[in-house]
Amino acid sequence: MNTSYQYSYTNIEELLDILIEKGSVEKKLNAQSVDQQAPAAREPAPAATEQASPAAEQQHPTAIGRRQVQSSDLAFVTVAPEAARHLILDLRDRFGFTHLVLLTAVDYIEEGKFLLTYLLHNYELHHDIGVQVPIVRDSAETAGDRPAEADPDTAASMESIHDLWAQAGTYQRELKEMFGIDFPGSPRVDEPFILEGWDEVPPMRREFDTKQYSETTYFPRPGRSTNDPADYMRQKLYPKE
Amino acid sequence: MQPKTLKETNKFASAGRSAGQASPSAGVAGQPAAVADAAPNSAPQGPIIPLTDNHQAGRRVDLSSGKYLKLWQGPQHPGITGNMSLELTVSGDEVVDLRTHVGYLHRGFEKLMERRTYIQNFPIVCRICVPEPDFNEYLYAATVEELAGIQVPERANWLRNLTLEMARLASFLQWIGGQTGAFGMGVIGQWGITHRDYVLDLFEELSGGRIYHMYIIPGGVRGELPEGFEGRARTVLDKVENLLGDIERAMFHNAVFKDRAKGLGVVPREMIDSYGITGPNARAAGVARDVRKDQPYLLYDQLDFDVVTASGSDTYDRAWVRFQEIHQSLSLIRQMLTRMPKSGPIHTQLPNPLHWKIPAGQTYRRAECTRGEYGYYLVSDGSGYPRRVYVRGPSYTHAVALMESMAVGANIADVAGLMVSFHTYPPEIER
Repeated sequence: MNTSYQYSYTNIEELLDILIEKGSVEKKLNAQSVDQQAPAAREPAPAATEQASPAAEQQHPTAIGRRQVQSSDLAFVTVAPEAARHLILDLRDRFGFTHLVLLTAVDYIEEGKFLLTYLLHNYELHHDIGVQVPIVRDSAETAGDRPAEADPDTAASMESIHDLWAQAGTYQRELKEMFGIDFPGSPRVDEPFILEGWDEVPPMRREFDTKQYSETTYFPRPGRSTNDPADYMRQKLYPKE
Repeated sequence: MQPKTLKETNKFASAGRSAGQASPSAGVAGQPAAVADAAPNSAPQGPIIPLTDNHQAGRRVDLSSGKYLKLWQGPQHPGITGNMSLELTVSGDEVVDLRTHVGYLHRGFEKLMERRTYIQNFPIVCRICVPEPDFNEYLYAATVEELAGIQVPERANWLRNLTLEMARLASFLQWIGGQTGAFGMGVIGQWGITHRDYVLDLFEELSGGRIYHMYIIPGGVRGELPEGFEGRARTVLDKVENLLGDIERAMFHNAVFKDRAKGLGVVPREMIDSYGITGPNARAAGVARDVRKDQPYLLYDQLDFDVVTASGSDTYDRAWVRFQEIHQSLSLIRQMLTRMPKSGPIHTQLPNPLHWKIPAGQTYRRAECTRGEYGYYLVSDGSGYPRRVYVRGPSYTHAVALMESMAVGANIADVAGLMVSFHTYPPEIER
């Protein structure tokens, strides 16, 4: 039982219930979803507790309102992008989830979405909660050779949390570089982090083909020739034949 | 160089930080007076660079003023462990700004793993963090087993736990080399590296590999303990224990080390959560958090050990915490050698690895590595390939956000020692 925070709870299922009852999630569940194409996924949570039905577990991970209890100390909840920052702030300041474990993305290219995961840890109860946020990959298709993410108006973007944790800026820099997800206002978010002079599709996107890239970039190298081993040996050993 | 004033400088700087304020006046906060706010009418002559430290947001320095110098430490620098570089802006011998640059060792493992089967990924994961491969092997195996619903035999858990503690011992012995070498005490470093090699000999005997062991695989471990391993392991442990006595006298009771490490890089308690600091770096600030105790995995709940903490939170205390953890690691290995079951299955039969599909799902598992919380986030979409594997290494925050903040106000000569005192391993930052 954590006592030093505004809301106390004992197990992680209860936490999910509280989150929904308190309206901090509920509001977001009702909030307008980014996904205009999938109205089924953004049905408002009717009575919050019904969300615990097994059906919620069966949904695609990008479906807003989905909750998944993986174990007694780890759960995931999917919320709309507009609601995420508020929920994360609530979890940090009211529920004691003071540790940002990681921030990363999964590319669901077939759904046209990235799923951001903010994993938060509570040091008193040793619980983890993954706040998952689906964001639209790009609002425009790739125009010609130019990747859509190069255009700031259509690029995938998300609200920054660099002011909540000092290390969040680094995660956001990496996501910008590797997935092309923009976090406007995050410090040095446009500076290269790992790559240098990269002007291809962001490499962690599913459509980036590592093998094709290395074949077109590194082979054939000028000045190199390849010999067939059998022919080459014959020429060397029996040049007169 | 005046260590006294530097320490005061650091103290002031941390006091300002703990109150969560930007330095009110450059002089008082220990910043050179020439670090001026960028006034719109100051008509800069040359490149103006913004400072990276969060606590100095909005402050800039004018490189053309002649008061500042850009200095690159690394990537080819003996004071840098691994492939990383620090871009320093210095005024005299005092660091005004630091930026960490990584990318010299990017191998794209997370991307590669999305295109390989679960079993093909197994030789990749150990390479993610070079000096500590075993934590990667264990966590990858643990996440895969959790999603696939595989039970591991008990004896395999003992062997896994044994290799994790041996890896901790080897990694800490290497860290001693870095920490003492950074302060000019190279001989102690050589002792540490030599004894690390004795531990690597044990690993070679156990797994066939010295650096990359590929011993912990999904379902269990790859092999039995060799004949007579326990006796040879105990001999190595005794050797290391003897060495620790020497190290204690030569390093921790050494006036030079004390003078340089005490008061260097004090991490205030308030920064622990807001910077995501874990492991010995947090424990040296008096925060008793250890994944092995808090969320016991493998057999840590059956073993006898304490969470080591200190209160000074400076380079000396961080070194002391790690030193105590080396002792603890020796004790844990001895306990395991004594209590481990001598026979029993070490591996569960896996499905055909070529047609092995794992049910859709996602999970996160963590372990306490030598530097703090190490974790694997695995997402499966039900196919034979992982949808996403994300590796959370503690250096990600220790070497970037924390280092960039703590180096401000330090002396150039102390930067290497400060960096090693956070125990950063660059390979896990870029993966």
